[in-house]
Amino acid sequence: MAETMILVPGRSSKQGTALNKGKLKPEYLLVTSTLEMNSDDMQRLGLEEGDSVRLSNEVGETVVTCKGRKPEDLPSGILFIAYGPPSSQLMDGDTAGTGMPISKNIEVLVEKVTVKNI
Amino acid sequence: MSENIKIVKNATCTFCGCVCDDMELTVDLDEKRIIKAKNACVLGRAWFAEHTIGDWPVAMIDGKEVSKEEAIEETAQTLVKAKFPIIYGLSDTTCEAQRQAVAISDIIRGTIDTTTSVCHGPSGLAFQGVGESTMSLGEVKNRADLVIYWGGNPAASHPRHFTRYTVTPKGMFIPNGRKDRTVVLVDIRKTPSAPVADLFIQVKPGKDFEVLWALRALVKGKNIDPSIEEETGVSLATLEDLVDKMKNCRYGVLFFGMGLTMTRGRHFNSGAIMALTTDLNEFTHFVTKPVRGHGNVTGADNVLSWQTGYPFGVNFNRGYPRFNPGEFTTVDTLSRGDADAAMFIASDPASNFPKVAIEHMKKIPVISLDTKQTETSNLAHVAFATSTYGINTGGTVYRMDDVPITMRSAFDSPYPDDEEILTAIKKRVQELVWAKQGIKIAVGEARVA
Amino acid sequence: MAATLRIVNGKLYDPINNIDGKVQDICIEDGRIVDSVSDDATRIDAQGMVVMPGGVDIHCHIAGPKVNAARKLQPEDHRRDPHPGTPFTRSGTGGTVPSTFATGYRYATLGYTTAMEAAVTPIGARHTLEEFHDTPIIDKGFYVLLGNNIFLQNLLREGRKEEFRQAVAWWVNSTKAYTVKLVNPGGDEPWKGKKNSNVSNIDEKFDGLSPRQIIEAFITTVNDMGFPHPAHIHCNNLGHSGNYKTTLETMRTAGDQRAHLAHIQFHSYGGELGKNPDSKAAEIIEYVNTHPNITCDVGQVMFGKATIMTADAPLAYVLRGLTNSKWVNVDTECESGCGILPFSYQEHIYMHTLQWAIGLELFLMSKDPWRVILSTDHPNGGSFMLYPKLIKLLMDRGFRQEEISRVNQKAIAKTALNDLDREYTLYEITIITRAGPAKALGLKHKGHLGPGADADITIYDEMDDKEMMFNAPRYVIKSGKAIIANHEFCGDHDGKILHITPAYDEKIEEVVQPFFENYYTIEFDNYAVSDSYLHDHEIVPTANDR
Repeated sequence: MAETMILVPGRSSKQGTALNKGKLKPEYLLVTSTLEMNSDDMQRLGLEEGDSVRLSNEVGETVVTCKGRKPEDLPSGILFIAYGPPSSQLMDGDTAGTGMPISKNIEVLVEKVTVKNI
Repeated sequence: MSENIKIVKNATCTFCGCVCDDMELTVDLDEKRIIKAKNACVLGRAWFAEHTIGDWPVAMIDGKEVSKEEAIEETAQTLVKAKFPIIYGLSDTTCEAQRQAVAISDIIRGTIDTTTSVCHGPSGLAFQGVGESTMSLGEVKNRADLVIYWGGNPAASHPRHFTRYTVTPKGMFIPNGRKDRTVVLVDIRKTPSAPVADLFIQVKPGKDFEVLWALRALVKGKNIDPSIEEETGVSLATLEDLVDKMKNCRYGVLFFGMGLTMTRGRHFNSGAIMALTTDLNEFTHFVTKPVRGHGNVTGADNVLSWQTGYPFGVNFNRGYPRFNPGEFTTVDTLSRGDADAAMFIASDPASNFPKVAIEHMKKIPVISLDTKQTETSNLAHVAFATSTYGINTGGTVYRMDDVPITMRSAFDSPYPDDEEILTAIKKRVQELVWAKQGIKIAVGEARVA
Repeated sequence: MAATLRIVNGKLYDPINNIDGKVQDICIEDGRIVDSVSDDATRIDAQGMVVMPGGVDIHCHIAGPKVNAARKLQPEDHRRDPHPGTPFTRSGTGGTVPSTFATGYRYATLGYTTAMEAAVTPIGARHTLEEFHDTPIIDKGFYVLLGNNIFLQNLLREGRKEEFRQAVAWWVNSTKAYTVKLVNPGGDEPWKGKKNSNVSNIDEKFDGLSPRQIIEAFITTVNDMGFPHPAHIHCNNLGHSGNYKTTLETMRTAGDQRAHLAHIQFHSYGGELGKNPDSKAAEIIEYVNTHPNITCDVGQVMFGKATIMTADAPLAYVLRGLTNSKWVNVDTECESGCGILPFSYQEHIYMHTLQWAIGLELFLMSKDPWRVILSTDHPNGGSFMLYPKLIKLLMDRGFRQEEISRVNQKAIAKTALNDLDREYTLYEITIITRAGPAKALGLKHKGHLGPGADADITIYDEMDDKEMMFNAPRYVIKSGKAIIANHEFCGDHDGKILHITPAYDEKIEEVVQPFFENYYTIEFDNYAVSDSYLHDHEIVPTANDR
């Protein structure tokens, strides 16, 4: 089962503290590959806390771990992730003449990864 | 913990753009690390605790340890040989180092750009279009009775913004602090900043411009169709109430984050919020400010502006600065495949740039200067390890509101600082360029800055 | 270039030493002018050339937070005027707000070697000094904005005069400033705190304090402490019809004490508020002519592109209402504010022509060139790059008549300009661009060519077309070093910071500090600018230091 949703990479304070340790350290890699998702959406997609999901679009794809958020905190259809190497895989290089790639509100296809491969 | 303890008062934290200068650092001089950072937020505590002395070499070429001098020579040769060398980063280093980086670009006729282009670059463009009524943060503390955040989440990114500058402090005309202010948060999701606000307004993703433009219309007394709610997720009544609050405050402020600049609309969104602020000055005093990120990104804007006239995305190929975002900005020079050498200073584009840009980085000689090992230093041809500004070196940083602050060093590092490396590279590229052009001038006689 | 240099055969213009076009040698050693040098000194043959001290700009806006905001604001200003580098010099961009390098080099290409930035917030002093470090060739200093400083105003309200004086000295020391600057004193608080209003009268009290009380306190304090340059004042009501009364009252407030009035052209308007002004240049210059305690700079308007940048934030907002152009306002905590917008002065517009004509009237009716100094309030009235054209307007009546015929005649009819036949001599030009400003600034080593002077020297080819002449000096020597030779850059130079260090009682810090802790957002201990920002510098003594 797959659905199109809106991915919003942003900063989180966990990411901020982890990056001080070093961006190649496990803490940082973990925090930037954790996807927050509306818990109702997760249920609909048959996802459980800690499941792997594949995010993909015409640019690329990445596999991340999902974590539920209460519907009142995260609207249905919106995904939050601390920006980092996984979110880069989905960002288009075109800046429409501004220098800024579209880095928030990226349309992605979300699907459950059946084999836990990470 | 050793006996050899030093206290550094009024030290400056450069993790985020708040640039809080009230840190009290307890430093273990034997172990060369900061064991306590009083007054720091969660991010600041991590910043000070984790910047210890690393165990990697000062300089490496293709992953092999070399002397600093060899690495400087290789860097200079690489930059001078390149046809389209780019320099990028600069937000996490001192203004003194930034000055040297611009000088190198001028000498090698290269391109220089900063992390501004991928954070508030669009706000810089909007500023050039419409201007901005703005302020230093102390004015918010002293005067603001209406504080609005739009598309930003300071609780996660700038934890002391609320407590040190904008929401809780008591000020000259805000004797009761928080009680004397109305706080509004506008975002597409209920972020960790929401509990601070009296009013949370949720906008549909990518619809900020429509909401801002509707507010401008309402401020100017025009009618807005109630269908705005269907389009944006915000009801007309909510907008009217917000306009009422804005027009009737004594001193209002609109802070905005990358929720506006990184999404559909980009500079139009920033421009809309700046124009709305200007419009409101017909009724009361109103100011706005992007909540800038890394410690000294604002300094980078300032240094580039005073040396070249332009804040980011500057190219010297014709022997003078030219500015063209979309052409000379780093995502573009990499994504198009134009850059044939790159020097990244105090930033890690290999971990957060678009995939196509990262792929190009892997094909060209990259030089990196960073305090830690990163995705970028991992793929670098020449990698310098440098000391940390505000921890091992002094120098100047600019707060997000353009207020310059001089940092205090906490303990010495065996690593050189960015300014030292860049100054050495500058001297060497100058010699090489003059040699190439057959010009005989002693360094020091010319181009003294 | 050797450390010794002899300039021979040049015609000298050196009003401080009463030399008016006499052919005489100048000897230079170690950056200073000396009586003689040995015969093997490098020679510059100035046959057919005019030798003057380097120019001194007493009032311009060239560095610091508001200047940099104006740079960021206007890529269009830079794009049409690039400033390529040379083997000796860095590149940059020009326009009305040039980059730092272009600013220094362009002053040098006019023969100017000293310039004073006229308005810096204390909290922006560090930024200004950083930019100065990247502003080559010229010596430079700045005036620190204290007239709307809330802490100082509170001391005045409470009648704490001695602490006021100590605090002024502390602030000047802490920022490395050259003197104090007042801009629309008393006008910031209504602007920031009372919904964008302003003071309209020098005696209008705001919270118990009037602009006149502020002006009087600063003039007296600065004179008591013997600053080399007095309080530098931008009067209330700039640009408003009928403002000449405020200007006269401001000068009267000084009594017989020294005061410098900035850009008086903008303060010499008659008429009623809200209606078109007429000229009151005669009334203003009459007061200046008869009061030797007053110095002023004119703030001439030049047609074409300008940039408004001023600590008079309410004024910038008024102008924004006229032009609807992009507009910047910056409020600076506890200290000041500023407004910025692009502007252009146009010949066909009544107001702009009137401003242009009033400036010329002031110059042409001035009886003491030592005290009526050339400026355009760069870039407010136009770029400093237009000084050569302004000099031609003053020196060449025929050229002036041609220009007058091309502008708004209704405005000209409101002035005496058609009746003013005066032509400035080269000697007088040397006074209003060199000797006069150096004297008004109390810079004893500048503005002249006598032994002991800084070897800041300009050598021009003598030409009939004075604009062409002043646009392209053949040689420029800074601190004894040739920077321009045969019109080409042949060297670079840092230039030094000029500042003062008036004595103060350190106990004042205990009085200031609690205010900081309550109302500033930067720590008190991090506020004062350290000496590391000075690089090459000169402390100019106050009368009390001597």
